[in-house]
Amino acid sequence: MNTHQFEVVVVGAGGAGLMAGLYASRTAKTAVISKLYPTRSHTGAAQGGIGAALGNYEEDHPEWHTYDTVKGSDYLGDQDAIEFMCEEAVQAVYELEHMGLPFDRTPEGRISQRPFGGHTNNDTGKPVRRACHAADRTGHMILQTLYQQCLKNEVKFYDEFQVLDVLINDGKMAGVVAVELATGELHTFHAKAVILATGGHGRVWEITSNAYAYTGDGAAIAYRRGIPLEDMEFFQFHPTGIYKMGILITEGVRGEGGVLLNNEGKRFMDEYAPTVKDLASRDVVSRAMYIEMREKRGIGGKRFLYLDATPATVNKYAELDGRTNPDGTPYKVTGEQLLAKLPDIVDFCRTYLGVDPITQPMPVQPTAHYTMGGIPTNKYGEVVIDDKNTVFPGLYAAGEVACVSVHGANRLGTNSLLDLVVFGKHAGLRAAEFVKNAEYVPLPADPTAFSREQFDGLRNGSGKENVFDIGNEMKSIMFDDVGVFRTEKGMAAALEKVNELQERFKQVKVQDTGKIFNTELLNAWEMGNLLDVAEVITASALNRKESRGGHARDDYAERDDENWLKHTLVWKKDGKLVIGYKPVVMTRFEPKKRVY
Amino acid sequence: MDVTLKIFRYNPEKDQKWHYESYTLEAEPTDRVLDLLEKVKAYHDGTLSFRRSCAHGVCGSDAMRINGRNMLACKVLAKDIGEHVTIEPIMGLKVIKDLIVDMEPFFDNYKKVLPFFINDSPIPADGKERIQSQEERARFDDTTKCILCAACTTSCPSFWGSNDYLGPAALVNAHRFIFDSRDEAAPERLHVLSETSGVTRCHTTFNCTVACPREIQITVAIGELKMAMVTGKLD
Repeated sequence: MNTHQFEVVVVGAGGAGLMAGLYASRTAKTAVISKLYPTRSHTGAAQGGIGAALGNYEEDHPEWHTYDTVKGSDYLGDQDAIEFMCEEAVQAVYELEHMGLPFDRTPEGRISQRPFGGHTNNDTGKPVRRACHAADRTGHMILQTLYQQCLKNEVKFYDEFQVLDVLINDGKMAGVVAVELATGELHTFHAKAVILATGGHGRVWEITSNAYAYTGDGAAIAYRRGIPLEDMEFFQFHPTGIYKMGILITEGVRGEGGVLLNNEGKRFMDEYAPTVKDLASRDVVSRAMYIEMREKRGIGGKRFLYLDATPATVNKYAELDGRTNPDGTPYKVTGEQLLAKLPDIVDFCRTYLGVDPITQPMPVQPTAHYTMGGIPTNKYGEVVIDDKNTVFPGLYAAGEVACVSVHGANRLGTNSLLDLVVFGKHAGLRAAEFVKNAEYVPLPADPTAFSREQFDGLRNGSGKENVFDIGNEMKSIMFDDVGVFRTEKGMAAALEKVNELQERFKQVKVQDTGKIFNTELLNAWEMGNLLDVAEVITASALNRKESRGGHARDDYAERDDENWLKHTLVWKKDGKLVIGYKPVVMTRFEPKKRVY
Repeated sequence: MDVTLKIFRYNPEKDQKWHYESYTLEAEPTDRVLDLLEKVKAYHDGTLSFRRSCAHGVCGSDAMRINGRNMLACKVLAKDIGEHVTIEPIMGLKVIKDLIVDMEPFFDNYKKVLPFFINDSPIPADGKERIQSQEERARFDDTTKCILCAACTTSCPSFWGSNDYLGPAALVNAHRFIFDSRDEAAPERLHVLSETSGVTRCHTTFNCTVACPREIQITVAIGELKMAMVTGKLD
């Protein structure tokens, strides 16, 4: 038996997990368990920036950031949590800088900031420079910096350990079970507190910006143990993924002046969002793109549009919009400046498309990008399990796996990195505080039983089904019917299909019978997670009869605050999916029509 | 197009010795080599093992030898590599299974150079950021790009000779901090680099620079470290 004991166990080593580990380990015996080497985590793929109202170029306020986030969430975000995050943001960014994060600089040597979708000057409604950036690899810098600080502070890591189950005894957290990839051995981690920071589940969809690792592990594990999932119908499709591949082209491209063009060479976002145009919220831009393509204005009649960031185009529209530099001079860019600001984007386009974005437009389409829903928590990262926000003792969640909810129905760009840093930190602090006065809950008898049962199922199936075929069928129908636009009929068909695939999944048999790096077994297990998460997403979406943020229905095209200004909660009870609700926390902002 | 992949195979639980297996499959010209490996795993041999995550060249999981050169499998397209592709694990680290190698010696070397920001002076009184000019920031920009994929280190003959040699990736990360105007631990790091396993084992073969998928000018960075050691200056 491989049994370990830690006061706090953090699952996942992206931005939230590392921040939680860093803070929890200051006072509590802590381990961070991750299926990847920490620097492989998906935080590293974030590009454009982290939002904070530093005001380094122009007037800005945390209150403006708060309002923009509430509006961006289409009023589904909990306003107390949003206010907390946006107030904490300023100090959080300074703290990252103090940890050595190499932000780009203003001419005065301060942290440089760029405009981003949905972030505005609340007086004028115009875009404000709020995204603190390090070229177009801000997430990479955050991930590296936090990992480096964990090394400096000698945080204990278990790299390449896949967590399979959370252990609950008598309604309290007792630990987790993980498999060590290199040996195939199961390990039991006895813990007083567990922080889930496992990221999202964008691999449910065919066209996605998300890593292979983004398979909804934390959400699926918790859900199987009776923890509810919140607002799972809300998933963000980022407007600009590389055509067919889904690889992300940062919103920072539009922040630097890039515009979307249709097959007539016409900028169209000014018709959908007259004030901020190409820098509207992501849900708004993705829908506009779908409408353009539906109206046969996709490029060459195909399902993509152009994102044009060539200096000629940028300068033309900057002049039309009257855009200025911080010193008031007209905004103009050169190819060299764009290359310096967006080196990775240029590299991606050259590598994957053979397109040079300094001289040619980029073919883009909306791509599955971010999980707004997840495991319900309060603003301290404590998991809450019902409509009264009852805290589950010893269980925490932070980052993309969690639903605080600060993103509501649609997340603003730059708020995901902020979410990781703020709530990762507070989950770590809160867990460390909790374990001071908590006893270890006894491990259940045979703690690895449920994990073994799941693996045995995959080893002993009939072999009639191929797990990749099942995955492809899921991704395809989810992208078509539970994507940017949704209908009752499409979602009902998708739910039926996902249930069918769940049945067929039981016929899967992995070929690899070994223990050492049995990646086939692990990938199959991950597919099971994706299927369970896809079922919750689709059932939640089918149930919500309105359009709000990332959830847009042709048959219920309007937001319906009277009936649907509430969070969805989904539980698994006795093998069945049960839907409930909880109220949205409103403080200062009454719902208004959302116009950009 | 049809592509034939000749893949290095070794299963420690079954094989006495490593061998190659060939798989012929249909490929789109824009398929990544990683996509082709996924297809082999899906429909030819589920036991084929390799690491991968982001699939677009930023996480550093899938460094491997592709037609003899270290690359990320997710950053090479079928149309750019030809119809016959040989895929092998990166060299100089012990093969665990198929294309998966033991990364621990690599990360151990990384950890030796104090790869974290050190500045024990008080933060500015207003609690805000430390000031750094754009020029000071640009000084170490190139070496902040490293994703620790090991393509450089495992292309280096000195590292093949001995895992004691820190290797280019560790040196790149030392450079990232030594030339950061805000950091205060350059002398300690230069001391680590001056040991026999340090920077003098670089014989300027440039393999690392060619291998780097992030196009970091590694040999230049190592040259700057050597100069700093000799002169004691960080200009």
